[in-house]
Amino acid sequence: MSCCTAGDMHDVAMVGSRGAHEHEEVLLASRVIGNGLRETSLAVPTIHCGGCMQKIEQALAALPRVERARVNLSTKRVIVRWHGEVPPPVIETLNQIGYEAHLYDASLDKKDVVLARLLRALAVAGFAASNIMLLSVSIWSGATDEMRNLFHWISALIAFPALIYSGSIFFNSAWRALRVGHTNMDVPISIGVLLAFGMSVYETIVHGPHAYFDAATALVFFLLVGRALDYVMRARARTAVTGLARLAPRGALVFYSDGSQNFVPVNEIKPGMTMLLAAGDRIPVDARVIAGRSEIDCSLISGESAPQAATAGSYLQAGTLNLTGPLTLVATAAAENSFLADMIRMMEAAEAGHSAYRRIADRAARLYAPVVHATALLTFVGWMIASNDTHQAITIAIAVLIITCPCALGLAVPMVHVVAARRLFENGIMLKDGGGLERLAEIDTVIFDKTGTLTLGVIDVDDIEPASLALGAAIAAHSRHPYSLAIAAAGQNKATTPIVLNDVTEISGSGLESHANGKTYRLGQADWALANDPTAHPENASVVLSQDGRCLAAFRFRDRMHADAPEAISSLKRMGCAVEVLSGDHEDRVRKLAGALGLAHTARASPREKMARLAAMAAFGHKVLMVGDGLNDAPALVAAHASMAPATAADVGRNVADLVFLRDSLTSVPQAIRIARSARRLVHENLIFAVIYNLIAVPIAVLGLVTPLLAAVAMSLSSLLVVANAQRLLTRDKQERPSAMPTFSQILSSAQ
Amino acid sequence: MISLSYLIPISLLLGAAGLAAFLWALKSGQYEDLDGAAERILFDDDNPMRRDDDPSNKG
Repeated sequence: MSCCTAGDMHDVAMVGSRGAHEHEEVLLASRVIGNGLRETSLAVPTIHCGGCMQKIEQALAALPRVERARVNLSTKRVIVRWHGEVPPPVIETLNQIGYEAHLYDASLDKKDVVLARLLRALAVAGFAASNIMLLSVSIWSGATDEMRNLFHWISALIAFPALIYSGSIFFNSAWRALRVGHTNMDVPISIGVLLAFGMSVYETIVHGPHAYFDAATALVFFLLVGRALDYVMRARARTAVTGLARLAPRGALVFYSDGSQNFVPVNEIKPGMTMLLAAGDRIPVDARVIAGRSEIDCSLISGESAPQAATAGSYLQAGTLNLTGPLTLVATAAAENSFLADMIRMMEAAEAGHSAYRRIADRAARLYAPVVHATALLTFVGWMIASNDTHQAITIAIAVLIITCPCALGLAVPMVHVVAARRLFENGIMLKDGGGLERLAEIDTVIFDKTGTLTLGVIDVDDIEPASLALGAAIAAHSRHPYSLAIAAAGQNKATTPIVLNDVTEISGSGLESHANGKTYRLGQADWALANDPTAHPENASVVLSQDGRCLAAFRFRDRMHADAPEAISSLKRMGCAVEVLSGDHEDRVRKLAGALGLAHTARASPREKMARLAAMAAFGHKVLMVGDGLNDAPALVAAHASMAPATAADVGRNVADLVFLRDSLTSVPQAIRIARSARRLVHENLIFAVIYNLIAVPIAVLGLVTPLLAAVAMSLSSLLVVANAQRLLTRDKQERPSAMPTFSQILSSAQ
Repeated sequence: MISLSYLIPISLLLGAAGLAAFLWALKSGQYEDLDGAAERILFDDDNPMRRDDDPSNKG
């Protein structure tokens, strides 16, 4: 039954040094559940079958101190309970058996009370609607006089508590809107439901023939379905996004003046504190180096793909990654004043300047509510003039309200969005909310960031003579510097004779040194490796291989482009979108890449300039989709009309982007736009259908020909049609992949 | 008419029982991992799930 073979696992990247403080991080992210037990949640995105579940549960249960481990396949999460103060090596164990695991903040994992409330209300409304419908069927099939009266009373008894419990969701929202002088979709709904119920009670008391209890409860039921679907979609995307790796460090090892040291959570680090940072850790707050030499990966912060040197005196920004050597730092800012917090302030500014997008459903509701209320009022006035019978006039006016109640409208948009979200999910794209989908459909320009978006964040070595490459690779295999990794990967299996190296040592900030056959080899920066031959400075070389100080080979690097970037860009152009590159990296690197793809480019753009560029495009009336991954893109992602980020992006980027694509493929971008455009077409069809339905139903209701039976049938039919139409999105240019998303289970699992 | 006096309460009680069962199942976390549950039924290991400390029972 297992679909996991060893072959599935080979591509899982094992990160060599995940930092020395992993235990503390696990401890900080765990939560105490009593009896000396702690609980840790891990996101394990590669779980995909029962075999994985068994393998993981068995491996973790075998660890000391682990009380139990349980895998949740729907949310792709593992919950481990353990006792003691030292966490068991859960992440290492998972890595060993071939699964990537990320700490998942237990505090984010609280139950979704809103959805639970919606589902309970939905269950109660469904119970009431179905039972009242049964009684109504008896009435329609000929129950008269006392029997009909009895059934009406029973219906009233069921409807009253059900409407109070389930309907209060709409009543509360309508009341909140009315109190501040606004109107929303819930106002006509509440008025319709309350009037229908009130009139039905009156009819029951005076033994009248028609009661609308069934219509009132069915209306609440259908609208709650729409409401719950809308909510679920957003909640699910949110959990999927927050469940991925957190890039912000949780803390750092701090030295105190009395010589003691302690692991301190990031938001308790104060300026002036001295911290020790191991290679492989992220810088927790803005800081200055006081000792040590290392190189820093700034790609997520500035978009620069080449590592920057760090020595005593260098200033480092929070969120950058320490690559090669341990550093002693002095914090220069608290977490809330660090670079990251600056970004967040810029994003807030972008948000404020960004005119609020009004969702289609809200725009429709704005038109709809006054029209419906005016029609009902005119009907009442007309019938009062025509027949001078208050009771009849009120009955007919209420029938108009019920039949026009925006059932189809309330379901039309969320239903399409849920189906579209499912299509996107199957293609590895997470949608945050329906508004993002609507905005994505309007896109006419796409702007890509370079590092991590168009490029993989991996570098390739330009062609070089095989013998030197093999020697370089053998030395480079001893380091985790990005250049070393690239050389080691390029030189793999290139050696014709085995290379024997003695004592390879890494000199932080300079390179690697090794001795073999009495010769000294150096792989690293040119001025260090070529110490004996300073005049021979190879052009443009980032790394040089030397033998006793003489140049053997010069390595040049280029960013590796996404394999499907050209395909993605040509299909975007076919869809009528203008495409350009906007990067914070150096001019020559950006020009090289943009040239290869045939795109216009802007290089060395600071986050503020990126934002300004987007604002300028918006001022010209362009609807821009920003695709970016770094922290430096975050303000631009907010300022853009719509935004997408890869799942490998910085936390902030993932959190602000409208869509996050999980699969390592840029074709997700045109695919998402295509699905968004299909969804927009279906939403429009559904809205047109709702208008046609009203054009037919309203005259019938105004003429006083609507019976409760007709109202109930018309309402259910229109809702079903809207739902059925939304399903067409699934069949339309369906991809080869079978459904990967369990809809119902995910709806419910997020409600627990 | 007499039959109605017990048939209607019975039908309502049955419906209410169904509603209560659903609400209980939702609250006790039985919908937490439907895909996992579908797979777990195929496991043929001999150590049954302990029910007392099920994390899903916290709700």
